[in-house]
Amino acid sequence: MSAFFSPFISKPDSVSQIMLKVLLALIPGIAMYVWYFGPAILVSIALASITALATEALMLKLRNRPIAPSLRDNSALLTGWLLALSIPPLAPWWLIVVGTAFCIAVAKHLYGGLGNNLFNPAMIGFAVLIISFPVPMTQWLTPHGLGQIELSFAEQIGYIFLGALPPGVTMDAITMATPLDTLKTNLHLDQHIKEILDMPIYGRLAGHGSEMVAAGFALGGLYLIAARIISWHIPVAYLGTLFAMAGIFHLTDPAHYVSPLFHLLSGAATIGAFFILTDPVSSPTTNKGRLIFAAGAGLITYLIRAFGNFPDGTAFATLLMNICVPLIVLYTQPRVFGRKEKQP
Amino acid sequence: MRTLHQFHGGIHPPSHKAQSTRAPIATAPMPSKLVIPFRQHAGEAAKPVVQAGERVLKGQLIGKPEGFVSSAVHAPTSGTIVSIDMQPVAHPSGLPDMCATLLPDGRDEWVARQPLEYRDCSAVELRQLLRMSGIVGLGGAVFPSDIKLRLSRQKIRTLILNAAECEPYITCDDMLMRERAAEIVQGAEMLRFMLEAKEVLIGIEDNKSEAIAMMQQAVTAAGLPLEVIRIPTLYPGGSAKQLIRTLTGLEVPSGKLPTDIGVQCFNVGTTYAAWRAIAHGEPLISRVVTVTGNVRRPQNYEALLGTPIEELVALSEALPDTDRHIMGGPMMGFALPSLSVPLVKASNCIIAGSPALFPPPPPPLSCIRCTRCAQVCPADLQPQDLYWFAQSREFGKAQAFSLFDCIECGACSYVCPSHIPLVQYFRFAKSEIRAREQDKLAADKARQRHEFREFRIEQEKREKAEKLAAREKAALAAKAASAAPATVPAPDDAHAKIQQAVERARLQAAAVVPKNTENLTPAQQTEIAEIEISRARLREQAKSEVEHSKE
Ligand code: SF4
Ligand code: SF4
Repeated sequence: MSAFFSPFISKPDSVSQIMLKVLLALIPGIAMYVWYFGPAILVSIALASITALATEALMLKLRNRPIAPSLRDNSALLTGWLLALSIPPLAPWWLIVVGTAFCIAVAKHLYGGLGNNLFNPAMIGFAVLIISFPVPMTQWLTPHGLGQIELSFAEQIGYIFLGALPPGVTMDAITMATPLDTLKTNLHLDQHIKEILDMPIYGRLAGHGSEMVAAGFALGGLYLIAARIISWHIPVAYLGTLFAMAGIFHLTDPAHYVSPLFHLLSGAATIGAFFILTDPVSSPTTNKGRLIFAAGAGLITYLIRAFGNFPDGTAFATLLMNICVPLIVLYTQPRVFGRKEKQP
Repeated sequence: MRTLHQFHGGIHPPSHKAQSTRAPIATAPMPSKLVIPFRQHAGEAAKPVVQAGERVLKGQLIGKPEGFVSSAVHAPTSGTIVSIDMQPVAHPSGLPDMCATLLPDGRDEWVARQPLEYRDCSAVELRQLLRMSGIVGLGGAVFPSDIKLRLSRQKIRTLILNAAECEPYITCDDMLMRERAAEIVQGAEMLRFMLEAKEVLIGIEDNKSEAIAMMQQAVTAAGLPLEVIRIPTLYPGGSAKQLIRTLTGLEVPSGKLPTDIGVQCFNVGTTYAAWRAIAHGEPLISRVVTVTGNVRRPQNYEALLGTPIEELVALSEALPDTDRHIMGGPMMGFALPSLSVPLVKASNCIIAGSPALFPPPPPPLSCIRCTRCAQVCPADLQPQDLYWFAQSREFGKAQAFSLFDCIECGACSYVCPSHIPLVQYFRFAKSEIRAREQDKLAADKARQRHEFREFRIEQEKREKAEKLAAREKAALAAKAASAAPATVPAPDDAHAKIQQAVERARLQAAAVVPKNTENLTPAQQTEIAEIEISRARLREQAKSEVEHSKE
């Protein structure tokens, strides 16, 4: 068509390259993950990748769409990776397969395929898994150097696929609750923050190891901003709100509320801020809208973490704010050139 | 130093301007024949005033302006008019138009020219002269210049010379400024004089250093208070509304004209042509055109209007893999339907294209709402939303989201990573909306006509009945003896009803005000006309696109 109509030139840029750069930006975080928790996560990512591509191809076929261009756009791969990164690396293989297939088939394609999903597909998958399979979803690996026993890579693979642990090793010996979870449980036991944070699972600022993973994702995120793949609005508003909320509570009662920095480097805060909330399809298209959306998500995340039933709130905060996106966009339309008033 | 202002968005496509600025403007040789369309400007086509077989002189009027928005057309050289008929012209639709074909006699003999001192003439005279000299905007819009020089109710404070030339490849204005700056400056002062403007700003993009230097020098030499302003190179910085914003900080309100805020813009080429027309008595019979792209020797030519494009391209030697020719720039131009069409006043650039230069874009994917399009839109629109409305045919919504503020610059299409031909959708949506409004107006008119006809028939019937009654009455009276009164029909009641109905219809029709397409400028009207022609094709294409990508 453009052979006959202007513009005849276009920027050498494609969805597939954009998605590829996002995948690349995840690598520092993943490297940290491997460093502190072992290579099991790579197995999850591989499983998620294969499932995502297979499901994508199947769905495209069922819907009579051209398969190759969509498979090449890398978007299914990204969804798979994000889901793999948000569930425990030692989760059994079927958990990741079921979760990924659900993300792609239901959250993406039943909503009309790429570009039409109201909700972030990876977070839908996460929500479904944590509600349906709470036990394997909370068995997180103990960071390197802290556990009683550490599984070799082969043993990890054995567990993922066969569910078999080496003789004499129990699940409890190799897994533990996440730093955010531990904090919550111990606070319920009326322990003082100071004592809790002295536990070996905590590192300098947040969870031992997990703080470095969070920093790795933040690094990749900064690259995405520098490469103009995402704008600064969502990460800044999300982390800023989380920081401010945590700061206010921490100042009023430091014995019961951890420091704001702890919140920023814990759980899914950075991967959420740079990679999940910024999903272009399910986030607002206006800059003002992005600020509102991310601030809302930051607020909800904090409330869930501090007062809710789940240790981390990023996934649910994302989904809840996804619902508001159309409204936010409608009310944050920028002023059109040459018009005094804003449009609808 | 004047403070410049920014407009939102914009892009930096590769400029490709260096190739065609190495050699000076060359005079194209006399072509074998000249085909001169009578419509080379926005508005009504000129009316032929010569006949086939007639000998004409260079600069002789062959088409006179017809109607308010129109301009004259002249013979570019001396020779014989061999025919006046429909010929293919440079238009995206590929439809033929009325043209005069002129066989040059090689003598290039001028009609009598009458140079004038503009300060001794009245504004009315000057305008009439420009109209009869065929001066129209040479930036590509070809709007008759005399109309833009009418004094409006709003006083013009600022005259802007548009020398931004922001589209890639095009360098005709650049070269004109390098070589003929003095005359452009004289022309600018003349236009300022006619408009009674306070200041003149000459906006040139900063990738044309030599042109800036030459213009600056010419201004200093002339001792005139004109300001040459270097503006950032950013597409579409040369679009009138964006240029006005950059230079003055003012925004032309939506649906209004620059004159409404006291600004008027002229292209530098137009300014030069206007000066030649008044000071030298030369009508517009040639223009500078860039021939570039997939050619061995890209260059600018001063060529006679009516020169077949193929002869022009041959001068620069198109390379063998050339597969099409684009008139205008790669952002807003169009592919010529054939190479035999003639050069017209609107032809600022001819780009030979090849698959390597303009590769076909990959098939469009779904919109991922990445908002790159919105980030570059100079009109601050949300193209991703407009696209959504256009493809789901929610034209009302598209209109509510300011579809008609889109200047069709193509910046959004340029950056879209999903390769969605966004501007095509917007052109399509606009033409659909216009078509619907036209249909509605037509339907209203038809209904009114129908109702009036009914009313007339009723009235005739009634009159007949009355006459009949009168006759019967007379007959009765003549009989005189009979006392029985005739039953006279009571038409008053029916009459009143009909009149009420007609009145109601009239009020209804008056209440329906077509949005956005009322009070169009003539330029917009021609644009509509042009779009109408390609509408059918667009619709076909858009339909297949919609079916493809609508989920
Ligand atoms: S640039 Fe293309 S993909 Fe991105 S939001 Fe605009 S239309 Fe959609
Ligand atoms: S073509 Fe229209 S919508 Fe696209 S960038 Fe230009 S003005 Fe904006």
